[in-house]
Amino acid sequence: MSSVTFDKMTKRYGDVTAVSDLSLEVKDKEFLVLVGPSGCGKSTALRCLAGLEEISDGHIRIGDRVVNDVPPKDRDIAMVFQSYALYPHMSVYDNMAFGLKLRKTPKSEIDRRVHEAAQILGIEQYLDRKPKALSGGQRQRVALGRAIVREPSVFLLDEPLSNLDAKLRVQTRAEISKLHQRLGTTFIYVTHDQVEAMTMADRIVVIKDGVLQQVDSPQNLYDHPVNIFVAGFIGSPSMNFFDATLTGDAKEMYVDTGTFRLRLSDEQAQKVAGSLGKEVVFGIRPEDINSPDYLPADVKGVRAPATVDLTEMMGSEIYVYLTAGNDKNFIARIDPRAAYHVGEKVEILFNLDSIHLFDRETEKSLLV
Amino acid sequence: MQEAVRNNVLWIVFGATLSVVFGLLIAVLADRSRFENIAKSLIFLPMAISMVGAGVIWNFVYEIKDAASPQIGLLNALWVAVGGQPQAWTAQLQPWNNLFLIVILIWLQTGYAMVLFSAAIKGIPGELLEAARVDGATEVQTFFKIMIPYIMGTIVTVSTTIIIFTLKIFDVVQVMTGGQFGTHVIATQFYRQYFTNRNFGYGSAIAIVLLIAVIPVMVYNLKQFGERRAF
Repeated sequence: MSSVTFDKMTKRYGDVTAVSDLSLEVKDKEFLVLVGPSGCGKSTALRCLAGLEEISDGHIRIGDRVVNDVPPKDRDIAMVFQSYALYPHMSVYDNMAFGLKLRKTPKSEIDRRVHEAAQILGIEQYLDRKPKALSGGQRQRVALGRAIVREPSVFLLDEPLSNLDAKLRVQTRAEISKLHQRLGTTFIYVTHDQVEAMTMADRIVVIKDGVLQQVDSPQNLYDHPVNIFVAGFIGSPSMNFFDATLTGDAKEMYVDTGTFRLRLSDEQAQKVAGSLGKEVVFGIRPEDINSPDYLPADVKGVRAPATVDLTEMMGSEIYVYLTAGNDKNFIARIDPRAAYHVGEKVEILFNLDSIHLFDRETEKSLLV
Repeated sequence: MQEAVRNNVLWIVFGATLSVVFGLLIAVLADRSRFENIAKSLIFLPMAISMVGAGVIWNFVYEIKDAASPQIGLLNALWVAVGGQPQAWTAQLQPWNNLFLIVILIWLQTGYAMVLFSAAIKGIPGELLEAARVDGATEVQTFFKIMIPYIMGTIVTVSTTIIIFTLKIFDVVQVMTGGQFGTHVIATQFYRQYFTNRNFGYGSAIAIVLLIAVIPVMVYNLKQFGERRAF
């Protein structure tokens, strides 16, 4: 069990900077998820921590120990790879025991740990099989088992679910969360899937182009994104953005998108007072756009006209693709009872409590 | 005939084994080198030379002149330079003079083995080797416990192919010694009996023996292909 610290860590490949100046503290027993689009440097950061890549600058500490020059085997970590990386010529048992055998662990101890891990993961009956005789989900468990038997202080998981089908992914997601609780070890998990990040993490780290964007709990990240990138990346369907201007005066401030005008609450107005008259980006999540006829309780809103382009019935809700005024497209998640038809002109209602405003130049949030 | 069979065994034990070992070694080392392409090209180059051509080249290498004259053979030139007497390399120390002929096969076949091994090694997923590193394997342990088992299919195929090739070896021996000095192999015996001595029956029998000797290796090779669905 250990904390992990990235201290101004930078990784360069020639002229390309994969991870830039990453400073991050992972607490003991925490489940931390690194998330970001492909090629953002999240896997590189994990590989640097594992010791598979040398870092160019800064320090990485596991516990109190600087591990910059420590080889992977001495870092007290275990890693689960995206492809599982099971040794194809070894049985499941030998795959799990390999690391322990290399460490000259006594045979009885190896046996005990392998059977214990196999029992936790429900793969006891496959111990004699070769990996190619297993299904994707079973292989994934063996990969997890191989990490568990080592009893490392930090678990590193590099997109471990991306090779599974959708149903199995949801199931395994929950199992990994349970495993984390059971083992009480630090987990660092890399994924490009924001749903995985949201559902599993104690804290999420959002990375873009090698630069850390925001670190926070899933709920805070969702409710208070610090910039347009985080706002757009977290949440599905993603947040709607409108170019707008802040108009009015200090007492009565409006967000004017050209098609509709929303009056800000006094509290909101106070926060953005400095940007009065400036161009901003107005953001709102699909679920904060409602049909006026089927409103959740306590929603204060502003109505605006829009045209329905397309509806997608999801059962518990409808995704409605709308156009407002000058060809501005956006998505709303609306109560399925509101029977919207394609081409229909409707009134929708923006929930004012849950809006986001960003500076158009810096792309940073004005409300955080 | 006993001599020929013994020599063929020598060819297999030393020739085939060393071609495979060197091929594997060079493939692994070249894989980590900045000069991979140049190194591999140089090793592969002899493959383009015919057996007879290689024999002529190596005849020059082993050439012997009398002690008073300058040595034009590379090996004797070196040997004399370090203070030795000129030696007839392919004629003495029987049966170990066969090794001087076997070197030629190794020189020709290492490139072939290397190219196939190199391709196989590049086919090993990077994550597999990284997993081994994280598991605590040293480079040597990774090589023997992960890489070798992973490319075992290729090792078997290359080995059996070279063994078959070695069983049928003829040109090198014919050009270098014509089978003298205890260097006969089965194929040169066949040639001598059939074409030189006109012993058609004996010659044919030797050819059949050679065929039978090759069959088990061939069958094993085909089985391997079958298992890996190469057919």
